[in-house]
Amino acid sequence: MAAAQAGLPVRLESVAGELPLPVFVGITNELEMRYPNHPSTNESQPHILGSLTGSAPHPPADRPVLRHPDTSMDKQEAWSPPRSPGISPPCSPSAYRSYPYGAQRNGTDTLLAYDGKVPGRPSVPQENSSPSHYSLKLQSEQPVITRGASVERLVERAEIDYSDEPWRITEEQREYYTNQFRSLQPDLNALIMGTVAKNFFTKSKLPIPELSHIWELSDVDKDGALTFPEFCTAFHLIVARKNGYPLPETLPATLRPGFVEPGVVTVPPSEATEPLIVFDDNMMPGANQLEMGSVDLQMTSRPGVTAKQDRREESRKPAEFSPKRIPDPHEKPIQRVSTLKPDSPQELDANMKSRTRPRSYSSTSMDDAMKKVEEPPTPPPRPQKTHSRASSLDLNKLFQQSGQGSRPSQHSLSAKSGWLPPPPALPPRPPATQIFSFLPSSEKSSQKAVQQPNFADFSKFREEDSTLRHQGHAPQKPVRRKLHPESQSATPPSATPYSAATLTKSTQRPPPKQKREIQMAIRKNRETNAVLTRLNSELQQQLKVVHRERVTLESQLELLRPVAST
Amino acid sequence: DNVCSGELKFHYTVHTSLDVVEEKISGVGKALADQRELYLGLLYPTEDYKVYGYVTNSKVKFVIVVDSSNTSLRDNEIRSMFRKLHNSFTDVMCNPFYNPGDPIQSKAFDSIVSTMMVQAC
Repeated sequence: MAAAQAGLPVRLESVAGELPLPVFVGITNELEMRYPNHPSTNESQPHILGSLTGSAPHPPADRPVLRHPDTSMDKQEAWSPPRSPGISPPCSPSAYRSYPYGAQRNGTDTLLAYDGKVPGRPSVPQENSSPSHYSLKLQSEQPVITRGASVERLVERAEIDYSDEPWRITEEQREYYTNQFRSLQPDLNALIMGTVAKNFFTKSKLPIPELSHIWELSDVDKDGALTFPEFCTAFHLIVARKNGYPLPETLPATLRPGFVEPGVVTVPPSEATEPLIVFDDNMMPGANQLEMGSVDLQMTSRPGVTAKQDRREESRKPAEFSPKRIPDPHEKPIQRVSTLKPDSPQELDANMKSRTRPRSYSSTSMDDAMKKVEEPPTPPPRPQKTHSRASSLDLNKLFQQSGQGSRPSQHSLSAKSGWLPPPPALPPRPPATQIFSFLPSSEKSSQKAVQQPNFADFSKFREEDSTLRHQGHAPQKPVRRKLHPESQSATPPSATPYSAATLTKSTQRPPPKQKREIQMAIRKNRETNAVLTRLNSELQQQLKVVHRERVTLESQLELLRPVAST
Repeated sequence: DNVCSGELKFHYTVHTSLDVVEEKISGVGKALADQRELYLGLLYPTEDYKVYGYVTNSKVKFVIVVDSSNTSLRDNEIRSMFRKLHNSFTDVMCNPFYNPGDPIQSKAFDSIVSTMMVQAC
């Protein structure tokens, strides 16, 4: 609260207190500018006058549900008084003050209010400061996160390339999502059940209504479960939300399961980052519009000034980040996160969340930051939670795969390396690849991202995949994609032919190739070992927990028995 | 004030109509439970409006209150409205973040309901 309130004066004084990370600057600024509008007019009214008095969060009731940006745009003054009945006089000045930052603020209000409640207003002022400050400076400064919140590594990692197109999943993000999907469900073509997904996404600390809305947007087939693309969409939306982007009313085109990333498909894997960056830069104008279009769903017409501002900022951002992209793939995604991002998006998210939701999820930005700390460590524990269910799958699959020499769901396709697709398995593949056009693009993007050996462990796998693909090895596609109807039919038939083909192929290959294959197989086995040991340790921990629970239950039972008997 | 009192009136109407719904569904014995139709039809007409009922197999009840002066609404249309309601409700249920019993906050659901109501007018 205090921090949020501190944000207000910061904004007023144009002090770069908490600036959003450069990544979001261009885009988040405009978004955040919208957000602050509401709080600035409502709760921040008292603050705006320069006093740092701690004001209690604006009562949610004060904030009418503005679902239609149209009205808000026109009545910037009009709605502020209704919102904060007790603060009508200050409303107009603050409204005017915030007006230059974009009329879309009203839109922001509606965005925030789409849930109808505004819980933690104080958090908004913080955002006010950062976006306004940023917009004033129009530079991609390296903001210093004063909040000092813990870094939400998971979310950050995925956020890195957010700058130009928030609704477009980059290859790094997709890879990250793939890993997360695997942690919940080893088979990429299978579904994640609703409850599993719920537990997983709840860890992101977003309010339940927002998560509910995200689910609505991403579960396209309305089956109560998430396929891999749906999962990517949902995860991406969550990441976007945590970075301060308002949730769209409808699913942006780039996030639809059938979306094909233009330009990515045609880029040969060897070029890796270069073409991607160029493409992104080229796409900037289009991306801007795309992003703006999707974000604008909730907003009324943007003033031309702010739109241009955004474009400028966004164009700057890709320029800034394009060099970043190149080095990024060379590093591990986790390391890439700059200090800039860590806190501000979290805090912004906290502010956003607290602002838009009446729930107590984010009481203060600090609390949110603290809560967010939990998320970074969760990735390892996550598999833990799901292991009870998925572990059996994992092991079964592992054993199956190691037995057959192929592992459809695991990245370490030891036996598959160097295989040529067996003829009988070919027929299922083409339909599979045709159906989800975006898959090849994302696959290729993952290939590109993975080209560097230093990249995540899975890079080895992906490289092999790419090489395999170059050889026309299509079978992996059904394996790694959400083609769960196809893959399920394709992988079982392909699995057995693989094992048969391996033997024949390996004998036919020249020795050097065998060596390479053996080495790759060794690598795969090592990865498998690592995964298994991790699995083992997690299961051990689970066992301990269960033992403890059992002991406590037994003791309780004993306590109750004498009571019952007497 | 008018809106508030109107809402209250509708709340009251719907509440009393629940009794009629209960009556209708309890009238069928266990053997006929499967054959019981989901659409309950006109529950009871009053001066100002007509009340239609619909119950799902999981005992979730939908009640539609229609203005009596709106004579153009046919039974088929009411049935299709209930069907749409049922489908949207199922979609809401599929959302793991939705706890049954909570007020529905799904935008998709709201938009479908609003569209339906606009069409009926």
